[in-house]
Amino acid sequence: MIKLKNILFVLIFSIIVLNSSNSAEKSPPFLETKWTFKGLFGKFDRASLQRGYQVYTEVCASCHSMKYLTYRNLAERGGPEFSEAEAKAIAASFEVTDGPDSTGEMFVRPAKLSDKFVMPYANEQEAKAANGGAYPPDMSVLVKARKGGADYIYSLLLGYSEPPAGVELDDGVYYNKYMYGNKIKMPAPLSDDLIEYTDGTKATAEQMSKDVTNFLMWSAEPHLEQRHKTGFRVIAYLIILTVLVYFTMKKIWSRVEPKV
Amino acid sequence: MSDHEYTPSSKFGKWFNDRLPLLTLANHLTDYPTPKNLNYWWTFGGILTFCLITQIVTGLVLAMHYIAHADMAFSSVEHIMRDVNYGWLLRYVHANGASMFFLAVYIHIFRSLFYGSYKSPREIIWILGIIIYLLMMAAAFMGYVLPWGQMSFWGATVITNLFSAIPLVGESITTWLWGGYSVDNPTLTRFFTLHYLIPFLILGLVVLHIWALHVPGNNNPVGIDIKKPSKDTVPFHPYIVIKDAFALLMFCIVFALFVFYQPNILGHADNYIEADPLVTPAHIVPEWYLLPFYAILRSVPDKLMGVVAMLSAILILAALPWLDTSKVRSAVFRPLFRQFYWILVADVLILGYVGAMPAEGLYLLIARVATAYYFAHFLIILPVLGWKEKTTPLPLSITEPVLGGSPNLAAARSDEKIEKTIK
Repeated sequence: MIKLKNILFVLIFSIIVLNSSNSAEKSPPFLETKWTFKGLFGKFDRASLQRGYQVYTEVCASCHSMKYLTYRNLAERGGPEFSEAEAKAIAASFEVTDGPDSTGEMFVRPAKLSDKFVMPYANEQEAKAANGGAYPPDMSVLVKARKGGADYIYSLLLGYSEPPAGVELDDGVYYNKYMYGNKIKMPAPLSDDLIEYTDGTKATAEQMSKDVTNFLMWSAEPHLEQRHKTGFRVIAYLIILTVLVYFTMKKIWSRVEPKV
Repeated sequence: MSDHEYTPSSKFGKWFNDRLPLLTLANHLTDYPTPKNLNYWWTFGGILTFCLITQIVTGLVLAMHYIAHADMAFSSVEHIMRDVNYGWLLRYVHANGASMFFLAVYIHIFRSLFYGSYKSPREIIWILGIIIYLLMMAAAFMGYVLPWGQMSFWGATVITNLFSAIPLVGESITTWLWGGYSVDNPTLTRFFTLHYLIPFLILGLVVLHIWALHVPGNNNPVGIDIKKPSKDTVPFHPYIVIKDAFALLMFCIVFALFVFYQPNILGHADNYIEADPLVTPAHIVPEWYLLPFYAILRSVPDKLMGVVAMLSAILILAALPWLDTSKVRSAVFRPLFRQFYWILVADVLILGYVGAMPAEGLYLLIARVATAYYFAHFLIILPVLGWKEKTTPLPLSITEPVLGGSPNLAAARSDEKIEKTIK
């Protein structure tokens, strides 16, 4: 007999453990939106990733770096899946310093697929100086680096409002109800029709927030689709094997009392 | 032990076995008489061996790609996650594997506590187990430092700072551990070396642990001594092997759910931010499996006494075979102990919970009460219980209740009673 209750106990135990390590802070419930990457078969919305890249490069990239991404990633499977020609064109629109060449001089050339995303600032100090002392965090793994993940980023992008009565804000500080401590140094980055989508989608603030969050989720978990696909196969295989082993066990133990 | 003389059938086998008795060992492991009433709580020994091997194999490959340098560790982990073939799988298996390892070891330990497996003649098995557990905590802690995220850095700072509580030499010891005046590159490289070394120490201790187990043989849910081999036992292969395999597969399904569908839920988001010595995270919390001890540490107002309390909480377990004065092993026949056992389980869960909360107000009060109770359980309740408790009658053998001779029939056969106490 399988001791179902035993297994349940193990599960309950792990849930208690999960909750205890994750319920340290309280924030208002996040804005709800449907993510295609969630669930057993979750995949990215390709068009949304491409639009998300557009939002990143036209808006976010003026302050935020994505130093772990390479231009070739844009054409890789499971990502925005730009064609290789498109990715090459995107790369070529940026300039990188390379070298030294055979004469010992550094030189500037258009970026190639193998180059990392070009950073907006030379270093952290320059980034801080340009942003009122606040460092715009690198966005490569930002979704995983924030409690609440994609929901948090999406909510934060749309969470700007006038401060409630009694809350004083310094110059260059904005009110955001999802931010830790409600004060954020980044001004509301997205507003309706801020950019014009190349695929003709209407660029509402919600649409852009969703697209760019999708893009950031992909950049944090570039192998998410493969992970879900492999995971489903692994678990299906394990379940079948478990059932077979279970009946084998019953057969073997049928020779002795008490039976399992 | 089934030490009947074993003779290999082939001539070469005999020649080899006379020089290195590996075949005798294999035969011993196959025939090893095991109580046939072992329930699924006994399958976690095999599961833990699987966990250890998994950690070593995945760790080995990760170490081929990881760079132990303060400036490069974080990006080398991202390199593994992005560019190494199946690097994401290796890393998620390794990171979640640590959690699964601890989940299994806690079940293993609490099984031992319930069925009195630590009692004579199994004290050495138990103490070896405690040493393995201590090494596991050290390995896990140092492994968590390697990605060089914010929690890595600040966790390492908090834990290594504990040594500075030692009177007179504390500061020097801390500096010596760090290899400098703060957690920095030398700390990272030595943690990496030790993180690589410890699993092999554990492996050696596991061999001793199993060796020591094979001298008296397994305890069992009834907790009585049994004749081996007899009608109370089954050979390890195929009976226990297939049962362990079944349990291991169930365990792997849970493991896979974490790895493939919630790989980061057991970690802390801050560890995806690169370590920054100038920015302290809002809450510094260790991994979930260390939280009960973290709660004990913080519940004592004095730093040195806090460290002493935390260490004692673990080391007190080594003295358990002598603190528990009852001659009856299994909680099945100890009605009072059974209740205190479940209170202890709840107590440890509560400690884990408050360990994740800020140490203030009500949480601190709960942590203090729970800490006091934890020590009271081992130092007062267990010794007294051994003298005072009226245990229920033990069956003469495992088969006896099966044949219908004992009122403890149900209890001896399955865990039904235990499950009732869970409710």
